[in-house]
Amino acid sequence: MHDKPILQVRNLKKQYGPGCADCADPANRIIEKNHCPKCQTVYACRNISFDLHEGEILGIVGESGSGKSTLMKCLYFDEAVTDGKAFIRSYQGGQTNIFEESSQQHRFIRNYILGMVYQNPILGLKMDFSSVGNIAEKLIAAGDRRVKRMEERSKELLEHVHIPIARMKDEPKKFSGGMQQRVQIAKALSNNPPILFLDEVTTGLDLSVQASVLDLIKRIQRELGISMLVVSHDLAVIRMLANRTIVMLNGEIIEQGLTDQILEDPQHAYTQQLVYSLI
Amino acid sequence: MQLQTHFALFDEGSKKEIRRAILKGVAIPGYQVPFASREMPIARGWGTGGLQITLSIIGKQDVLKVIDQGSDESVNAVNIKKLVNKTTGVKTTIETSEATIIQSRHRIPEVPLTEEQIMVLQVPIPEPLRWVEPSEFKTKKLHAENDYSGAWLMLFEQIMKYGKTATDADHPVLVHDRYVMAPSPIPRFDNSKIHQSEALILFGAGREKKIYAIPPYTNVVSLAFEDYPFEVETFDGKQCRLCSATNVFLDELVNQETGSTEYQCNDTSYCLSMLNEDGITAEVEVAHAR
Amino acid sequence: MAYVAVKGGAEAIEESIKRLTYERIHANELLELETITATMRGMVDQVMSESSLYSEFLAAIAIKQSEGNVEEAVFLLRAHRSTLPRTYYTRVVETNTMAVERRISASFKDIPGGQILGASYDYTHRLMDFDLIGESKAGMKEWVSQFLSEEIETTTNPDLTTLPKVVEYLRGEKLFSQIEDDNTEPIDVTKQSLQFPTTRSERLQVLTRGQTGAVTSLGYAAIRGFGQVHPTVGELRVGKLPLWISHPTEQSDDEENDYYIGEIKVTEVESFVPVSVQNENNTEEMEFEIGYGICYGQNETKAIAISILDHSLEVGKKEYPTQDEEFVLLHIDSVESSGFISHLKLPHYVTFQSKLDSMRKIKKESEK
Repeated sequence: MHDKPILQVRNLKKQYGPGCADCADPANRIIEKNHCPKCQTVYACRNISFDLHEGEILGIVGESGSGKSTLMKCLYFDEAVTDGKAFIRSYQGGQTNIFEESSQQHRFIRNYILGMVYQNPILGLKMDFSSVGNIAEKLIAAGDRRVKRMEERSKELLEHVHIPIARMKDEPKKFSGGMQQRVQIAKALSNNPPILFLDEVTTGLDLSVQASVLDLIKRIQRELGISMLVVSHDLAVIRMLANRTIVMLNGEIIEQGLTDQILEDPQHAYTQQLVYSLI
Repeated sequence: MQLQTHFALFDEGSKKEIRRAILKGVAIPGYQVPFASREMPIARGWGTGGLQITLSIIGKQDVLKVIDQGSDESVNAVNIKKLVNKTTGVKTTIETSEATIIQSRHRIPEVPLTEEQIMVLQVPIPEPLRWVEPSEFKTKKLHAENDYSGAWLMLFEQIMKYGKTATDADHPVLVHDRYVMAPSPIPRFDNSKIHQSEALILFGAGREKKIYAIPPYTNVVSLAFEDYPFEVETFDGKQCRLCSATNVFLDELVNQETGSTEYQCNDTSYCLSMLNEDGITAEVEVAHAR
Repeated sequence: MAYVAVKGGAEAIEESIKRLTYERIHANELLELETITATMRGMVDQVMSESSLYSEFLAAIAIKQSEGNVEEAVFLLRAHRSTLPRTYYTRVVETNTMAVERRISASFKDIPGGQILGASYDYTHRLMDFDLIGESKAGMKEWVSQFLSEEIETTTNPDLTTLPKVVEYLRGEKLFSQIEDDNTEPIDVTKQSLQFPTTRSERLQVLTRGQTGAVTSLGYAAIRGFGQVHPTVGELRVGKLPLWISHPTEQSDDEENDYYIGEIKVTEVESFVPVSVQNENNTEEMEFEIGYGICYGQNETKAIAISILDHSLEVGKKEYPTQDEEFVLLHIDSVESSGFISHLKLPHYVTFQSKLDSMRKIKKESEK
């Protein structure tokens, strides 16, 4: 295994609003949870730093408003960061802060290096296009111009995520939530990205469907060795998937370590509460 | 009160503004340059974009040809020609090789164009991504980021559905390896005429307020997948009922007496010159609409 | 003998145009331009507003030429407008200097300066007046002299050019936020095409040039359910505004040297729209925001609809089409919409042939 992390994030900050005298200075900040009661500025991510290593699943757990989803959106360039750096090992030798790249370069990174599975399939799929077309879109974006090859690859991926080939030309809008999520995963995997982001992928699904989607993710990780960042409010999901876990609260990392360690010996009061509620 | 109109209708300030947009278009082949499109004496959607380009580049020595759907005598072509002639006094022609400016709607003439000529095409919808994305704000961004997966996906979906691409006129092209462009609703048959064209080709969209250009000798490639090559309209085994031409775009006509389908050159002035070359004697009706 | 083109198209056009002239004049009834400006006030105002060219005289010619077809008259004026060099911009007009002819508020019964009904259809019964069939000049004269003598008796002579704005009263109570003057030079939409997102100056221009029916319909949609504006007409004014231009060569910006170039009649509307805002103590409060509408002439429905759409686009959340600036601004222009709809009458042989070719090939493919 490479010793250099595949993704490094340093001091990532994301705020919504201009800030005021009470809250602008991070050292003497008077805020409630993650927002300033005076000027309503929200500090969604405060100084987030972590590494993602090759082949690992890193879990990020936290309640809504903890900043975990915002963090993910920043990393996938859906939202612009306020400040901070991130480096991807396979992009320009890991020497360039990807946040400072042009939007054209951001698109390149998304098309060639990253995959994303959103909680809401509407964000990741074109509901009115065929499933095979949805997968091909990502391949087209990554430069493929052969229909037959893309069709074959799409079939292979759909089989992989257990969507019957007979339905490959159906639009995702005709599918159940679990199936839509599986198409989304197939799409995200289509160009073999070294890094995959998964944002609350099982939230809103029935328990049995949840289990099959989680199984799928684990299997893919085992077979393809993709590094994954998994965000969830549900510690049970994190426990099942992640080797290491980060706990976020009000825009900050309050605890991190091996998942087993965190489950057995939670340090922070909030983490303790999370772990006890699981048992 | 000023009752006389200016040469070529516009005041010189307006012409300069439009020419600046044209120059920018020439400098960035295939890029849609926004411009302050004027209201014209003809209706929006009837060629105001092309007309504004023609009026802002025309000089007294120019010879103008105007065609609509291949015909010099179609009512709209006649109307535009009349307006330009009335405000400039320039000579008009139906002979393609004689013209220095050719304004056209939906066709490029069959006679190859030369470096001495400028082709002006009228454009209804200049945005090749409009059917994929309705918002102008977003399509502008897609062009900037060189993201054309939407246009390709459209073709891919057609192949999945119909077993082949289903585009008709206005099949999108990639210009100079950078911008995807709508060639205006010319038939696919004409797309190859834009590639490495000797003549400068200008595109004007009046209602949508955009101008774009293909400078001479520019690479223009019709979008197509490697294993589903671009296909043009075919008229296999058909020929013009008048001049017997075969390698041209044909109109499909129904013989009123026999009820059978017949074909005739869509480019009427081409047909006419072919007949004259052969020395056949007859009278040709070059107008479709009366 | 060589081939000659049969000039069917050119001849057909000539005949069609002759026929059009025949339709206009064959009844041998002469319509004087003065008759139009004197009696077709509503139509003249609408044509000036939609063509964004203020000239009653030119509007009258356009109306005459187009036989009263408003869409066509607007088209004529717009095309004429394109040929005119634009040499000056006027000084900024402060609408509180308006010589008010009509002024109403739906929010207060007693507004400072009072409600002035002026001329309006609002209070008429829409009953056909068959007396108009036999209206005579003598009768008109008599009515007018009677009316004028009455008016002299009742007029109390307030100064109609310095009426205070209703909004100032509410601003005093802090029901409106104090907003600083924005003196950014507006973008002239006739000299620079719209780029999204637009500025408010561009939106207001496109709205005021908009087709009356289109603006009214979209404004209606915004308050009926496909939008989120619940306005009260704070103040509606109809009146005349003086226009000044600064001295073209004089370097000093002295207003003493300005030229007065005339006056225009406008309808101006300030709609009050309640919105919820968070105050400093982090609790929700209600506050008013303004939707602004202004247009040439007396066209009150249009001005109110503009004020609704102004606010709707200012919110701009795009939850409804009436909040989407591309949807509203790109589709309400009379010349653009009527032009593109009517272009469908043009022949489309080539495109249709191309479509046929494509469909036949697909059919063949599926029969394989």
